[in-house]
Amino acid sequence: MSFSTLISKAVPLAEDNVDTDAIYPGRFLLRIDKQGAGACLFYDKRVGSNNTVHVIDHPTFKDAQILLAGENFGCGSSREQAVWALHDFGFRCIIAKSFGEIFYSNCINNHILPIVIVDNDYQVLMSAAESLHSFHVDLNSKQLSVQGGPTITFDISQQHQNMLLKGLDEIGLQLKNDSADIDSFEAAQKQSQPWLWQPIFESI
Amino acid sequence: MTAKTLYEKLWDSHVVKQYNDNSCLLYIDRHLVQEVSSPVAFSSLRARGIGLRQAQKCLAMVDHVLPTQNKQYIEDPEARIQIQTLVDNTLEAGITYFPVDDARQGIVHVVGPELGFTLPGTTLVCGDSHTATHGAFGCLAFGIGASECEKVFATQCLKQIQAKTMRITFIGCLPVFCSAKDLALSVIAKIGAAGGTGYAIEYAGDEIRALSMEGRMTLCNMTIEAGARVGLVAPDEKTYAYLAQSPLAPKHQNWQDALCYWRQLCSDREAHFDREVSIDISQLEPMVTWGTSPEHVVPISANVPTHVNTQAQSQTRNQARNQVRNQAREASWQKALTYMQVKSGAPIAGIKVDKVFIGSCTNSRIEDLRSAAAVVAGRQVASNVIAIVVPGSGQVKLQAEKEGLDKVFTQAGLQWRSPGCSLCVAMNNDRLVPGERCASTSNRNFEGRQGVGGRTHLMSPAMAAAAAITGEITDVRKLL
Repeated sequence: MSFSTLISKAVPLAEDNVDTDAIYPGRFLLRIDKQGAGACLFYDKRVGSNNTVHVIDHPTFKDAQILLAGENFGCGSSREQAVWALHDFGFRCIIAKSFGEIFYSNCINNHILPIVIVDNDYQVLMSAAESLHSFHVDLNSKQLSVQGGPTITFDISQQHQNMLLKGLDEIGLQLKNDSADIDSFEAAQKQSQPWLWQPIFESI
Repeated sequence: MTAKTLYEKLWDSHVVKQYNDNSCLLYIDRHLVQEVSSPVAFSSLRARGIGLRQAQKCLAMVDHVLPTQNKQYIEDPEARIQIQTLVDNTLEAGITYFPVDDARQGIVHVVGPELGFTLPGTTLVCGDSHTATHGAFGCLAFGIGASECEKVFATQCLKQIQAKTMRITFIGCLPVFCSAKDLALSVIAKIGAAGGTGYAIEYAGDEIRALSMEGRMTLCNMTIEAGARVGLVAPDEKTYAYLAQSPLAPKHQNWQDALCYWRQLCSDREAHFDREVSIDISQLEPMVTWGTSPEHVVPISANVPTHVNTQAQSQTRNQARNQVRNQAREASWQKALTYMQVKSGAPIAGIKVDKVFIGSCTNSRIEDLRSAAAVVAGRQVASNVIAIVVPGSGQVKLQAEKEGLDKVFTQAGLQWRSPGCSLCVAMNNDRLVPGERCASTSNRNFEGRQGVGGRTHLMSPAMAAAAAITGEITDVRKLL
């Protein structure tokens, strides 16, 4: 699965510190697979809440693939279920002022593009999202533009950009390209720190 | 030789390979495995048709879903399946697994250190954000997602980009009746819940040296609540004394060699940190959260704030930008006030609680239980309160029972439970019902964290014990 460009409306979720407990409530972590995770997305805000339609359920944003949020989105628990739920629901790109770090890595590993924006752009983008304007994301040029609005160049590490653009499978690549280096590292460490190589089950 | 920070030393000693995209392949020495983040990692590995590179570097146990009252019968069928899945997966992979009824079982972040699975100078990961805990040993430890767990299983490595470094130096001594939990909350109050994003934090200052290993673990544990994945304390004689008797610590000549190596693990005098923060703790008070983010925190003598500017100062000097930030913060504060049903400007002390939880990977170690027991000894839990004490591991439970702490708790009317994550994450049957308010020694006061509609106030074990006795948020210093 690779990511290059995306054109979509953006769902405006104008909140800071949206934690992964809110995105994917803890009691659903009892499931042992990721299928259907989208049904749990923001569950207590959508299903439990008193009669108000949550913004992600609003018919206007049906099929939107971009979510726009404030500061520290995805903070808290490392649960990848939060990202599986967003992906399963249809999101492919999340734009926020900042992200929880583990959540950010989880996005990359699930082919979701996280884009970090600054405060001033946030205001503009939030208005654009609320006005149902179309967002255009180009990962090749690292540019985000909004219909009738500015073009923003965003930052993403080369490693992450590559992973998303090429849909790289890191495990496959490392097994193929890096195994010899890992072997050498282990051999050296066995010499220098032999205590790290005592088998656990023999010691306890 | 250029001067290095502790983080840089740990990082450099684990680089397997540098890529041309500015990332490194980092070797992982230790992997703690639990039931919640591992099932998909195992099944995905199986689908690839590959096994684990180093099963001997893993240690597995159940902690999140385990009931704390009757471990033998697990009522919830989903929890039973999840536990059995871990049993099956670890058996197939050849990973050491502590069964549910094993005396060593407990919360991974309590058990790892007490067994010496956690060691200075190592890298340690777990599919759990509170892996930062292990940084207390000068161990480069961080939480990862399930996909990354799979990567570590397959290659024993992770491709990572080096973090920036931040040093937080505590000035002065911790006043009596304040604890590591109050230090952790004061850090979040100072830099905010996202203040550490992108950084590896090292804690420094005389008080750090004075802190016990339990206290250092509490502090490092909550580093993730300040946004940083890594929280470090340089190892010292206390670290070595803590590890000396543990079953997995190096033995004989290996111990001597390890000590020589570990003694170099500190930031060099000339080392450069990308950000330096200092916090004067000489006037610190017990801290309590009032809202739904750990940065919504005040000293016990204070009122629930009325202005956003009073706390979590933004780093930027740009006023316009600050204003935008503060508007957003204001909105989230209003939302938190409504959810928590607390009044802006009213004292934080005196708020009635329904439940008290003493436990979690933040505060369930022996020292935490001792400090709570000292408060409740000879007193009775308020009639409106249900209070539970959940030790972090079988070993902690045993030690507490040897010291008679279980009797102190039960005679005071608190419930003495079996080890697990319990009410911190509400994945077993310990949870709040809507509207209930809990004084909790855990780490997250997010909406619904302890159960749908539940309200959480984070505080130290001594403060939670005080709340249990009086039935309301109370300055523990007035009880002692």
